[in-house]
Amino acid sequence: MRVIQIQEIITMKIFSKLYYEYRRIWKIIVLYLIISGPGIVVMVADNDAGGITTYAATGAKYGYNLIWFLLLLIPVAYFVQEMTVRLGAVTKRGHAEAIFESFGSFWGWFSLIDLMLVDWLTLVTEFIGMSAALSIFGVPPIVTIVAVCVLMGIMVLNGRYWTWEKISLLFCALNLIYIPGAFLVHPQVSGIIHGALIPNFPGGFNNQLFFFLMANIGTTIAPWMLFFQQSAVVDKGMKEKDIPWGKFDTMVGSILTVVVAIFIVIVTGAILNANNITDIESAAQASQVLMHFNKYAGMFLAIGLFNAGLLGAICISLASSWAFGEIFGWAHSLNNKIKEAPWFYANYFFTLITAGLVVLIPHAPLVLITLFVQVIAVTLLPAALVFLLLLLNDKKTMGEYKNGLLQNIIGTSIVVVIIILSTLYGISTVFPSLFK
Amino acid sequence: MLKKIDVIKEQLKKAYEDNFEKIIEINERYSHPKIEMSRAVKISLLALRFYLIILVGLLVYKFITLLK
Repeated sequence: MRVIQIQEIITMKIFSKLYYEYRRIWKIIVLYLIISGPGIVVMVADNDAGGITTYAATGAKYGYNLIWFLLLLIPVAYFVQEMTVRLGAVTKRGHAEAIFESFGSFWGWFSLIDLMLVDWLTLVTEFIGMSAALSIFGVPPIVTIVAVCVLMGIMVLNGRYWTWEKISLLFCALNLIYIPGAFLVHPQVSGIIHGALIPNFPGGFNNQLFFFLMANIGTTIAPWMLFFQQSAVVDKGMKEKDIPWGKFDTMVGSILTVVVAIFIVIVTGAILNANNITDIESAAQASQVLMHFNKYAGMFLAIGLFNAGLLGAICISLASSWAFGEIFGWAHSLNNKIKEAPWFYANYFFTLITAGLVVLIPHAPLVLITLFVQVIAVTLLPAALVFLLLLLNDKKTMGEYKNGLLQNIIGTSIVVVIIILSTLYGISTVFPSLFK
Repeated sequence: MLKKIDVIKEQLKKAYEDNFEKIIEINERYSHPKIEMSRAVKISLLALRFYLIILVGLLVYKFITLLK
C-alpha cells in the first residue's frame, strides 16, 4: 500500500514538473512570437526574386557542391543584421536618420537618394519575378500587378504594425515551400551531406565559379536590409532590454534564409544539374524546365518565386518610405492611419505603383534594369556598411551597447569581404568579360 | 470642375514649397556631423570618397564606351 502511495507521489511530481516545463517553454514561445518579426521578415525577404534566381542557377550549375558555401553565409548575414538591431533599439532612430545625424547632410542625402533609387529598381525586379512566376499559370502580368498592389495596400492600411508583421510572417512561412519541393525530387542524401560538409570548388577555382560565389554573397546582404531592419525595430518599439530577443530573431532568420536557399539548390541540383541542364537565366525559366521532369516541383518553384517577389516588395517599398519619413519629419509608422501619415503612405504607393507600371511597358529594358540594380546597390552597400560599423563604435551613441573587440574583428572582416566581393560582382555586371 | 483643379493645383504648389523649405531646414539641422571625428572615422570617410569616385568613374567610362 505504502509503495503504491510513493509511486503515485513520484508520478504526480513528474507530471507537475513536466507541466511546469511545458508552461515555461510555452511562455517563452509566446514571448518570442510577440517579439519576433523584423529579423525573420528581413532575412526571409532577402531570398527575393533575384535571390531565388541566383540559388536556382547555382544548383543547376554546380549541383550540391556549393552547399557548404551557403552555410558560411549564416554568420555573415547574422553579424551584419544584428548590428542594426542594437543600433535601432538604442538610438530609437532609423538608419537614414542615424546617418544624417552622425555624418551630416552630404552623406545623408547620398544614402537617402541612393536607397530610393536602388529600392525602386529592386522593386521593379520583384514585379518582373512575380509576373513571370504567375504567367506560368496563365495569369496575365496586369492582373498580377494590380492584385499585388491591392494586397500590399490592404496590408499597410489596417493601421497596425503588428498586423502587418504577422501577415508578413505568414508569407515567410510560405517561403518554406521549397522544402517539400526538395522531397518531391528524391535527392541523393549522401551527395547533399558531402556538399554541405566538405568544402570544394567544382571544376577548380575559375572565373565562372568566382562569379557564382560573388552572386550568392551579393544576394545575402543588400543595402535595403540595413535600413529596413533598423526602421522596423524602431517602429516595433523595441528597447534595449529586447536586444537579446532581437538578436535571436535575427539568428533564426539567418538560418531560415540559408535553409531555404539550400533547398532551392537541392531542387535544381537534383533535376537540372543531374540532367546536364546547367545554364539557367531566371527562376521562372528553371521552374518551367523543372515541370518537364516533375510537375509539382516546378509548380512549387514558381509559387515560391511569386512569394519571394511579394515578400521582397513588401519590405523594400517600406524601407524607403520609412527612411523619407524619418528625414522629412513626416509621421512614418505603420501604426498611423492614412490621414495621420499621408506622405508616408503616398511615398509607399507611389513607389509601388510606378515600379509595377514599368513591367507593363511594352519592350521595357528589364534586363538593363536588373543590371542597374546591382550597380547602384554596390555604390550604396559599402557606404551603409561603413556607417554601420562606425556608428556601432561611437561610445556617445551606443554607450554600453557599442561593439566589443571581438565584434569589431568579426564585423570588420565580414564588411571588408562583402565590400570587395560585392564591388567585384557589380563591376563584373558592367564589364561581363572580366570574369567569364 | 475647374475650381477643383485650381484647388488641387494650389495644394500641390503648397506641398512643393513646404517640402522645399523642409530640405533647407534638414540641411541646416544636419550641417555638422555629430559623430566624434576620430582618426579612424576620418580615414574611413576619405576611403569611402575615393571608392565612390573610382566606381562612378568606371560607370562613366562604361557609359561613354557604350555610346561609342
